[in-house]
Amino acid sequence: MKTSRRDFIQKASLFTGVFTLGFDWFSADASAMEVVASTGRFNAFLSIDNLGKIILYSPNPEIGQGIKTAFPVVVAEELDVDWAQVQVEQANLDTKQFERQLTGGSGALKHSWDRLRKAGATVRKMMMQAAADQWKVDIAKTKTSKGFVLGPAGQKASYGSLAEAASKLPVPSEVTYKDRKDYKIIGTRVKGVDNKNVVTGKPLFGIDIRKPGMVFAQIVRPPFGATLKSFSADDVKKMPGIIDVVSFKNKVAIVGSTTYAILQARASLRCDYSSDAPLESTETHQKWFDEGMKSDKAQVMRKDGDFSAAIAKAVKVVEATYECPFISHSPMEPMNFFADVQKDSVLLAGPTQVPQPAQKAVSDLLKIPVEKIQLEISKMGGGFGRRLNNDFVLEAAELSSIIKKPVLVMWTREDDMTGGIYRPAARYHFKAGLDASGEIIAFYLRGVGINAGNSTRQDNFPVGAIENVLIESFDQKSAVTTGPWRAPITNFLGFAEQAFLDEVAELAGKDPIQMRLALLEKVKTKPVGKITYEPDRFEEVIKQVAEKAQWKKKPGVHQGFSVYYSHLSYVAQIAEVKVENGKPKVTKVTAVTDCGEVVNLSGAENQVKGAIIDGMGHAMFAKLSFQAGVASPNNFNTYRLIRGNEIPVIDAHFVNNGIAPTGLGEPALPPTGGSIANAIYAATKKRQYKQPFS
Amino acid sequence: MAINCTVNKKKVSLDIDPNTPLLWALRDHLSLLGTKYGCGIAQCGACTVWVNGEPMRSCVLPISAVSNAQITTIEGLDPAGKHPVQVAWDELDVPQCGYCQAGQIMTAAGLLKNNPHPTDQEIVDGMSGNICRCGTYHRIQEAVKLASKKIKK
Repeated sequence: MKTSRRDFIQKASLFTGVFTLGFDWFSADASAMEVVASTGRFNAFLSIDNLGKIILYSPNPEIGQGIKTAFPVVVAEELDVDWAQVQVEQANLDTKQFERQLTGGSGALKHSWDRLRKAGATVRKMMMQAAADQWKVDIAKTKTSKGFVLGPAGQKASYGSLAEAASKLPVPSEVTYKDRKDYKIIGTRVKGVDNKNVVTGKPLFGIDIRKPGMVFAQIVRPPFGATLKSFSADDVKKMPGIIDVVSFKNKVAIVGSTTYAILQARASLRCDYSSDAPLESTETHQKWFDEGMKSDKAQVMRKDGDFSAAIAKAVKVVEATYECPFISHSPMEPMNFFADVQKDSVLLAGPTQVPQPAQKAVSDLLKIPVEKIQLEISKMGGGFGRRLNNDFVLEAAELSSIIKKPVLVMWTREDDMTGGIYRPAARYHFKAGLDASGEIIAFYLRGVGINAGNSTRQDNFPVGAIENVLIESFDQKSAVTTGPWRAPITNFLGFAEQAFLDEVAELAGKDPIQMRLALLEKVKTKPVGKITYEPDRFEEVIKQVAEKAQWKKKPGVHQGFSVYYSHLSYVAQIAEVKVENGKPKVTKVTAVTDCGEVVNLSGAENQVKGAIIDGMGHAMFAKLSFQAGVASPNNFNTYRLIRGNEIPVIDAHFVNNGIAPTGLGEPALPPTGGSIANAIYAATKKRQYKQPFS
Repeated sequence: MAINCTVNKKKVSLDIDPNTPLLWALRDHLSLLGTKYGCGIAQCGACTVWVNGEPMRSCVLPISAVSNAQITTIEGLDPAGKHPVQVAWDELDVPQCGYCQAGQIMTAAGLLKNNPHPTDQEIVDGMSGNICRCGTYHRIQEAVKLASKKIKK
């Protein structure tokens, strides 16, 4: 991280009349900012022209998390303009102007909060200074409102009228931020900046990209672990609308002038594969889980005290095993990407969560310097982590370089579901020992993942409150490709932990909420080892959700509790289940979230509700299995996603304590499986150990 | 032989394979990109358009079946975005990623055309054929209700 960089570089250009201000996202102290007047739009973050037109450039890829709205909200607030005055534009990849130009880890607002505020507040102060100079008054006597500077004698000047003068001023080294009680935009309901374009069907997505001379292509990929031996392309090449059939890296690409022509050609393409070893099946994966659980090669992720000694002394012991399959991300927009590879330059365009690594990977592949690779960021039709892996970008670039044409590579739904990058399959074994008073004295977890890396989160609560802890992880390598899936690892581990704690509480004869509160009290008074969470914030969401959902105070309603800390945010949930015709039905989920300052209440509610629906749908329905290296099912007729007639009422609350904002795209998902499983147990006395629930 | 039909009130002639699904005719031949591909097997509803005023899944409908038909896509619903369903969708801030919403809106507008004042259950049932992977279902249902109120006025 650069910290020594000078605060501002300033250039003025009188003839353009455009005043643009950007800042360096790489800077650790958020001080490296630039004022650059220019006619170009991509070297800058915020622009104000003489006519008062304010454009805010949103650098991070929009995937449905609302960042294209949330970032400009923060800048506009500190700039002190009316939201209606602001125009928002998606910035393309620009590694000189922006840092962390990516979507993932629910980290954007956490990273950029101070930078965004500073960007707005700095320009506001420069506008005030320009007005003060013009009116020959002290800047302290000026104030701002809705894009105007107001003077002590009733003077009033618009930002537009001050833009040129302000652009020539030295940049203030210090600025003050608004008191949050004065916020006019932050914390309100701000509608998505793309809404109008969405509801009128404008081409916004990767699949909608059209460029001169462009052709379409689809790629046939081998089963996982297989090698392409041969393929029959002669007949396919003669089919109408087919331009070419080429092969690279075990794949066969069919290039055509229309999607339908390619779809028909695919039906006639025959590919033969071979493999050195037997291809993987779900049975293989089950065997690996069994072996991984017994293996003496598991990695110790955390050790507090002496688990073995403590469990031997325990009066009561509870253990349970949880398991989840590989699952597909299945964003509504299947993978796709555009590439136009010229002799010494490349144009890439489309939906990726990580444009900079995409640029770098294409540079490495084609031996073309990154400076010669331009990347246009399109809106993404969902991603859920799938678009963190740039395999589809590389395929498009490689194909374009082979056929020497601009090409849009499209994945069918079947390609998308069988072509790889899954949430890793995992199995977890928990064991806890209680003393005579029901206190947890020993806690053990082993995670066995398949291409999961560390399948545990070894510092997760209740670790920190227990004297003797052992957390182990075992990773099995596989030909099946995996990657982050919304709330990586914790999307299932969260369920397993919270379901297990419910069993522990039952064995200890304690209320699940009271047990958590007692454990958090221990963390405060007698912490064990490294503590990565704030117990007070944990407690607050727990207490609030118990009150709002009337925990155990609703006769005839079966409730389940969970609470989880991930991506620096805290979410407590209480799910409610009713038994209808002998079957449990989830009727309501109450969630209390502490993500610090709520920047956009509408977007925040959308994220919490969406994450709970996502978590519930996948907990209850989603399943893939493998046979001979091929995933099935391969489309939505058999891969079940949750629908509108299956959702519970969701009551979403926010602590909104003014702490700098933290992640919200993911944190409401991990606790969902747990709250629902625990409510189902309350209703049916049947525990859930597997995803999908039975 | 060319297939003649009307798309968003414009007469068009498609001289292409008559088995071409309407979705790909719209997207690849008529450059109407608002209608989305989601599954190709009529399961998700992202491709919903109106054929003679009825919501249909364009991904499985060959153009031979729409000869002389009146087709309406999201672009033709109201290009200014003033249809009550579009207004309600914006007002309640329904979209997250937005990809499925053209299909959702065409389904919702079709539902309200046939039944301007549906019950809550009719809304839930009428909209459950469309998948939203972001999980905007609550707001979809609320927005259909709001649009219904707007129609009443």
